[in-house]
Amino acid sequence: MLSANDLTAIWLTLKLATVVTGVLLLIGTPIAWWLARTRSWWKRPVAAIVALPLVLPPTVIGFYLLVAMGPYGPLGQLTEALGLGLLPFTFAGLVVASVIYSMPFVIQPLHNAFEAIGERPLEVAATLRAGPVDRFFSVAMPLARPGFITGAILGFAHTIGEFGVVLMIGGSIPGQTRVVSVQIYDHVQAFEYARAHWLAGALLVFSFLVLLALYAFNPSRRATWS
Amino acid sequence: MVISPMKTLQCLAGLLLMALAGHASATGSLRIAAAADLKFAMDEIAATFRQSHPDARVEVIYGSSGNFKAQIQQGAPFDLFFSADIAFPRELREAGLAASEVRPYATGRIVLWSGQTDASKLTLADLTSADYRKIAIANPTHAPYGKRAEEALRASGVWGKVEPRLVYGENIAQTAQFVQSGNAQIGIIALSLALNPELAGKGGMAGYYLIPDALHEPLEQGFIITRRAAGNPLARDFADFMDSTAARATMVRYGFVLPGEQRAIGP
Repeated sequence: MLSANDLTAIWLTLKLATVVTGVLLLIGTPIAWWLARTRSWWKRPVAAIVALPLVLPPTVIGFYLLVAMGPYGPLGQLTEALGLGLLPFTFAGLVVASVIYSMPFVIQPLHNAFEAIGERPLEVAATLRAGPVDRFFSVAMPLARPGFITGAILGFAHTIGEFGVVLMIGGSIPGQTRVVSVQIYDHVQAFEYARAHWLAGALLVFSFLVLLALYAFNPSRRATWS
Repeated sequence: MVISPMKTLQCLAGLLLMALAGHASATGSLRIAAAADLKFAMDEIAATFRQSHPDARVEVIYGSSGNFKAQIQQGAPFDLFFSADIAFPRELREAGLAASEVRPYATGRIVLWSGQTDASKLTLADLTSADYRKIAIANPTHAPYGKRAEEALRASGVWGKVEPRLVYGENIAQTAQFVQSGNAQIGIIALSLALNPELAGKGGMAGYYLIPDALHEPLEQGFIITRRAAGNPLARDFADFMDSTAARATMVRYGFVLPGEQRAIGP
C-alpha cells in the first residue's frame, strides 16, 4: 500500500502542479494574447522560445537551472541579494523549473484559442464601445475558454509527469522536492518494487483519467499538443 | 531523378543490415558497468588497458550500482560489473548471473568536502553550524555511500541536527556535483572523487576531512564477470589487469584501500 512518505510525495506533487498551473495561466495568458494579436517580427523568436522546452531534454534545462540558480550563477546571485537564499533543493526552485518546463503546454493551447477567435468578435465589441480591457475580459476570455481548460489540464498533467529536471535540481528532500516521480525512482533504486508498483499504478490511472477528462471535455477538437 | 519508395526502402534495409552486421562482428569488445565513485580511476585504468589491447573496443558506463544490478538481472549487455557495494555482485552470483567469483577490488572511504571552505580543518561535529544551509549526501535508501554517510552522522551524534538540511544525491557523483556547483555548501562524498583533479583543484580548496572508518560499516566493493561474458577472453584479461601494478597504483592514487592493505592516503 501507499506509505506515509508516498502520501507526502503525492500531496507535494499535487501542490506543485497546482501552483505551477496557476502561475502559468497568469503569465501565460498575456504572452499567448500578445502572440495571437501581434504582427511584430518578434512573434517568431518568442514563439520559438516558448516551444523550446518541448524539444530540449530535461538534462539541458536541469543543468542550466542548477548552474544559473547556484551561488555563482546570475539567478542565484539575484535571489541571494533579495534575501531569498538559493533556489535549488527548494519547493520554490521546483516551481521555477516546472514553470519553464511546462510553459508550452499552457501557452500554446491559449495561443491557438485566442487566434481562433479572429478579429470579428473583437471588432464588434469595439463598435459597442468596449475598451481593450473590457474586450479581453468580456469577449476574448469567454470565447477562449476551451483553450484555458486544455492549457490548465495539460500544464497540470505535464508538471506531474516531470522527472528529469527535478532529479537534477531537487535533491530528493521529503515534503519539499521529493515528488511522486522521484519517489518511484527511489523505490526502484532501493529494490522496493512492490511500493514502486503502487505509486506507479496510481500515477498511471490518474494520468489516464486526466487525459480522459481532456478528451471528454473537448470532443469535437483534437487536444492541442503543440 | 525520381527515387522510388521501393528503392528507398531497399536502401534503408541495406543500411540497417550493415549496422546490425557491424554490431555483431565487433568481437574484441568489452562493456564495463562501473559504480559512479570509480569515474576517474576507471577512466585511467581503462585507458592503460587499451594501450595493451589496441584493437579492443572498451567502453565504461558509470552509474548507480543498484541500477546496474537490476539491469543485469534483466539481461543488460555488460561484461563486467564493478559495484560500490559488494552485496550486489554477490546477489547476482547467487542468481547464477556471474561467470566468475565475486572479487573484492577495493574499500571506499568517505570524506567531508566543500567547494567553499577548507574542509580539512573540520569534523562531522562542525556540520551543526548554521553556515551549512544545505548538506549533500548520497541517498541512503539506495546508494552505498549514502548509507555509510548516514551511519557516520548517526555515530557522531549529529544526525538529528543535520537531517533537516540534508539534500540527497541520486548517486555519489551527483552528490559531489551538488557541492561543486556550490548549491550545497558542504557534503559527504567519496574520497575517490575528492581526489580527482576536477574537484581537488576547485578554488584551491584541495582539503577534505577523511571520516574515520570506525564510524561506519566498510564500503567493501567487488566485481564480477557477468554470465554473458563467460566466453569473452577480454573480460578475463581485464579482470586480471585489475591485479596489475599499474591498476593498483591508480586505485591507490584515487584513495581506494586495496584488498589486503590497510589505509587510505591522507590529505
